[in-house]
Amino acid sequence: MAEWVEACEVDDVDEEDVIRFDHGGRTFAIYRSPDDAFFATDGYCTHEKAHLADGLVMDDIIECPKHNGRFNYKTGEAKGAPVCVNLKTYPVRVEAGKVMIDIG
Amino acid sequence: MAKKRDYSLVGESTRRAIETGLASAEWYHTDVPRKTMKELMQRSDGPAIRDTIIWISAILGSAAGIVWFWGTWWVVPFLFVYGVLYGSSSDSRWHECGHGTAFRTRWMNDVVYHIASFMLMRNPVQWRWSHARHHTDTIIVGRDAEIAVMRPPDLIKAALAFTGILDFRYSLPTLVRQAFGTLSDDEKSYIPEMEQHKAVIAARCHMVVYAATIAVAIALRSWIPLVLIGVPRLYGTWHMVLTGLLQHIGLADNVTDHRLNTRTVYMNPISRFIYWNMNYHVEHHMFPMVPYHALPKLHELIKHDLPVANPSMWHAYREVWPVLLRQLKYEDYYLKRELPPTAKPYRGEFHDLDITAAAAE
Repeated sequence: MAEWVEACEVDDVDEEDVIRFDHGGRTFAIYRSPDDAFFATDGYCTHEKAHLADGLVMDDIIECPKHNGRFNYKTGEAKGAPVCVNLKTYPVRVEAGKVMIDIG
Repeated sequence: MAKKRDYSLVGESTRRAIETGLASAEWYHTDVPRKTMKELMQRSDGPAIRDTIIWISAILGSAAGIVWFWGTWWVVPFLFVYGVLYGSSSDSRWHECGHGTAFRTRWMNDVVYHIASFMLMRNPVQWRWSHARHHTDTIIVGRDAEIAVMRPPDLIKAALAFTGILDFRYSLPTLVRQAFGTLSDDEKSYIPEMEQHKAVIAARCHMVVYAATIAVAIALRSWIPLVLIGVPRLYGTWHMVLTGLLQHIGLADNVTDHRLNTRTVYMNPISRFIYWNMNYHVEHHMFPMVPYHALPKLHELIKHDLPVANPSMWHAYREVWPVLLRQLKYEDYYLKRELPPTAKPYRGEFHDLDITAAAAE
């Protein structure tokens, strides 16, 4: 079932960057792509417990700060060792300057 | 009496490291504003393309010199240069490209990574995973697969490492074993099951190239193919050992702060080119996302929070030598890195505790 929550303001995330969003004991990563679209994934890398929000966004890739594992943050696809398990993604919509994600 | 360290990755130390929370722990990071860190992490192909062109040109040039002057004493300087480029500078290329930070373009990192892995006689799949473990559990006994000098130190082994003999003796049989489809228990402990078959394929590819090199040498009745492929791992490895040993030797183990178990050493520009700035090793471990060409800048930014860097390799070895001698008798001894007054203390969470309030409760 859909559960939309407000993650942040649009201006909280720079272009080609990521921020961390914690909600209900869970951690998410909110991305703003170079073409100004928003995306959301689980906040931790699937390889080891590292916050992806400390990583680097390059085009449609998020690189984990701990072991440089790479994911496509739009699809969650793991792009090769040391990450082998895909990242969970969440639907996102922008309403009145706020970024909403469906964590349901 | 203190227990002897067990460096296997599936033994008593492993169990203890997991039980005590040393495995996959949260490590200390110096505070760096996100905006600054983003700038430092930025990737670019330019510096690595420039350095790789110089590197490959120097390799091909010195190889040509070896072939041209073979049989005369003039070959010696070419062997010296070729050996260091093949047997030592490949280590830093392997390392940076393994992290994916040297180039912005992924395939460029992958191509150089595989070439450098071959030069080093390292299985590219196995070593990618062992290095990930090294970053997760740096110098955690029973977890880190890349502890170069174990305690008590074997000084003869460490000295022989400069010749490459021991590494060669280990690396080649390891590749042969893996090519026949066998991974050790230690290797299985850090290579995920779904990746293990790739390690076997990679080892087979390396063995095919070595077999072809031997075949060419026999067909030509010449040592030159072997002097150019494989054997430089013996005669050119000394610079890799000279610089690489200093990364962690003699420092604390089983701590979760890279400032205490890792060393930054200032080096001359030639060594820094060969080593691709890995002399800024505390900085690299703390922020592995920062490319080699941005490490000097990162060092300037966070050095207030780090132990003072060794001013030279000579200084670092002079500092570590008595420590190693003492570890022969008392293996728990180590060189304690002093943090400057401007640095945050080790395990700051304990320093932040309000002890008087806790005592009053």
